[in-house]
Amino acid sequence: MAPYEPEQDTNEADELSAGRRKAARYVVPLAVAGVAAATIGLVPALATSGDPDLPDITAQELIEKIAASDTEQLSGTVKISTDLGLPSFGSGMTGGFAPGAGGAGGAGEDGDAGGKGSADPSAKLMELATGTHTLRVAADGPDKQKLSVLDDAAEYSLIHNGDDVWAYDSASNEAYHSKDAGKHGKQHDREGAKDLGEEVPSTPKEFAEQALKAADKSSTSVKVDGSAQVAGRDAYRLVLKPKESGSTVGQITIAVDAKTGTPLKFTLSPAGGGSAVVDAGFTKVDFGKPAASTFDFKPPKGTKVTEEGDATGHRGKDGGDFKGMEPGDGLNGLNVIGDGWTSIAELKTPGGRGLPTSGSGSDSGDVPPEAEKFLNSLGDQVKGDFGSGTVFKTRLINALVTDDGKVYVGAVTKDALVKAANAAH
Amino acid sequence: MSRAEATVQTGQTGQTGQTDPGAAVDAAGKDGGQAGAPRAVRLAWTLGLFRSELSVTFRRWRTLALLAVLAAVPVLVGIAVKIETSDGGSIGGGGPDGGGGPAFIAQVTNNGLFLVFTALAATLPFFLPMAIGVVAGDSIAGEASAGTLRYLLVAPAGRTRLLLAKYVTALTFCLVATLVVAASALAVGALLFPLGEVTTISGTRIGFGDGLLRALLIALVVAASLIGVAALGLFVSTLTSSGIAAMATTVGLLITVQIVDQIPQLHAVHPYLFSHYWLSFADLMRDPVYWDDLVKNLGLQALYAGVFGSAAWARFGAKDIAS
Repeated sequence: MAPYEPEQDTNEADELSAGRRKAARYVVPLAVAGVAAATIGLVPALATSGDPDLPDITAQELIEKIAASDTEQLSGTVKISTDLGLPSFGSGMTGGFAPGAGGAGGAGEDGDAGGKGSADPSAKLMELATGTHTLRVAADGPDKQKLSVLDDAAEYSLIHNGDDVWAYDSASNEAYHSKDAGKHGKQHDREGAKDLGEEVPSTPKEFAEQALKAADKSSTSVKVDGSAQVAGRDAYRLVLKPKESGSTVGQITIAVDAKTGTPLKFTLSPAGGGSAVVDAGFTKVDFGKPAASTFDFKPPKGTKVTEEGDATGHRGKDGGDFKGMEPGDGLNGLNVIGDGWTSIAELKTPGGRGLPTSGSGSDSGDVPPEAEKFLNSLGDQVKGDFGSGTVFKTRLINALVTDDGKVYVGAVTKDALVKAANAAH
Repeated sequence: MSRAEATVQTGQTGQTGQTDPGAAVDAAGKDGGQAGAPRAVRLAWTLGLFRSELSVTFRRWRTLALLAVLAAVPVLVGIAVKIETSDGGSIGGGGPDGGGGPAFIAQVTNNGLFLVFTALAATLPFFLPMAIGVVAGDSIAGEASAGTLRYLLVAPAGRTRLLLAKYVTALTFCLVATLVVAASALAVGALLFPLGEVTTISGTRIGFGDGLLRALLIALVVAASLIGVAALGLFVSTLTSSGIAAMATTVGLLITVQIVDQIPQLHAVHPYLFSHYWLSFADLMRDPVYWDDLVKNLGLQALYAGVFGSAAWARFGAKDIAS
């Protein structure tokens, strides 16, 4: 009955050398570490293996299923990873870049993530454009939605409940409020709660809707590619591929819940290979009705509340400093060349002046030479019938800024940009 | 049973300075006289050893000083927040990143209960684990350098049981230290700031009683987050016979791990560092609670306890005790 206690039998150590006995003891910690490592390595592998067995379905039926999906109540956790190949400059710079990046998706241009001191939703959601984030979504009908961005020991919540849209940032204990009043309000309300999702789509459903909108039937191959398990649910995998060459989009995979038709996971892979540019999917999902208290927000005492109007004024002031640097603010004359996947947006910079690259000479006095060098190092110099310009590349969106002040942006390759610029010339 | 009680009492008598070797030998004499002693006696002996360890640890001036320093942190934070916000301004400057400072500090002025979370967030990265490092690092090596270890081991209590008693003592200290911080923060928060309904970081509201319950839960999770450091300290303690060296090594390892956890290029190893999920206790303040990181944290601490606890056992059981 007595537990084995090796330290007592020092006298019986005749048969086994002391050294070997000592060494044998260290097998225990090594075994513990080994078992743990094996568990960590094996469990995810086991969990992902074994795709569910689902009845066959055509792509058309699946798309109809998505369209017919009337999931109004759900709550869940979404993991979203974005890797545009942009350096992570933090929130201030992301704002400057993201609108340009979102341009091809027809996204909005509130390029002022630097708008300090307010819990302004558009600023915060721009941060989602880089890195990996965990989000929580909850919805109960068209009037109640909540989207939370989980930060370290803090959370940013966007709550739409009936007439009110609240944004609450627990890190700075600040809130942003916009009230639904009349028609304009309604419109803005939607802009605040829903279209924000379009600016920076954050749930798999929004991603999927956008992709389907973009999926012009003639230029896209749509097919169902087996099944997968997402957030513990059986799902079909819908694959969209551009037919034409020239696009930087390799393929888009949407996992659609087999029962409810709700998109559960969205993956955008670049044509150049490598890891996904955008990968957003539920890690947990529940189609039950979320608790009513989830949508019930009242700013706690002492919270600094920014009303909608205040924020706009504030924003305008801040944005002014960056004029000329922000495509969203300073560009005009949007013109879309081509359609489908390879559509390219053509814009003109104010004053018809391009970015101050080395090609444009040194007459651009407002940019110091160091900044010029920095800008040049970011892009590739190209020449063509249109003159010369600079191509700025990310893993998905490329932009050509010509020296005569035109900007071509699209989810297309560098060659396609140059071709479009030549054609436009 | 009477025998068992008697042994417990003998175990308790050794309370001066280091664990009294006399008590151990005495108890051993009684216990050893009976070959097939009932399990209850052994258990009682273990408990006696543990109790004696506990009272020795908590009667040290060093331990009391550590606890006093820990209790002072919330007082300092509370007063600083009170002074900074006395002119009606808000703490933290309110930038998009919260303006710095420990987590939850922006909410302290509205609800004193948040001082508990702020104080735990402020002490968890360094003060708490440092205190644990001192206690755990000293556990075996301190006895060795004081020359009392071999007397403790004269008893047939065995090295395994001594190690276990030392580890449980260190864990108890984790819990006590965390509760001291939480209690001090709650007292200061109640004195300086209003209490009342709590707004979770998800924006929903919960009652004060529920908030208190969550605060207690958070304190327990923070205490559990220190299990890994305690096991590491115990292992380091078995490697040397100098108490100071063991303490310094443990605290040094703690700092190193914290630095490595901050280097983005080393992100591959981050999930295996014992401090990586420490701040996950804040997830208890979300509504609904986000369990993923909390579970990862507790699992990681259990893994550290398993690996370094058994490594300490392997090292200590086969070690030549010269002092």
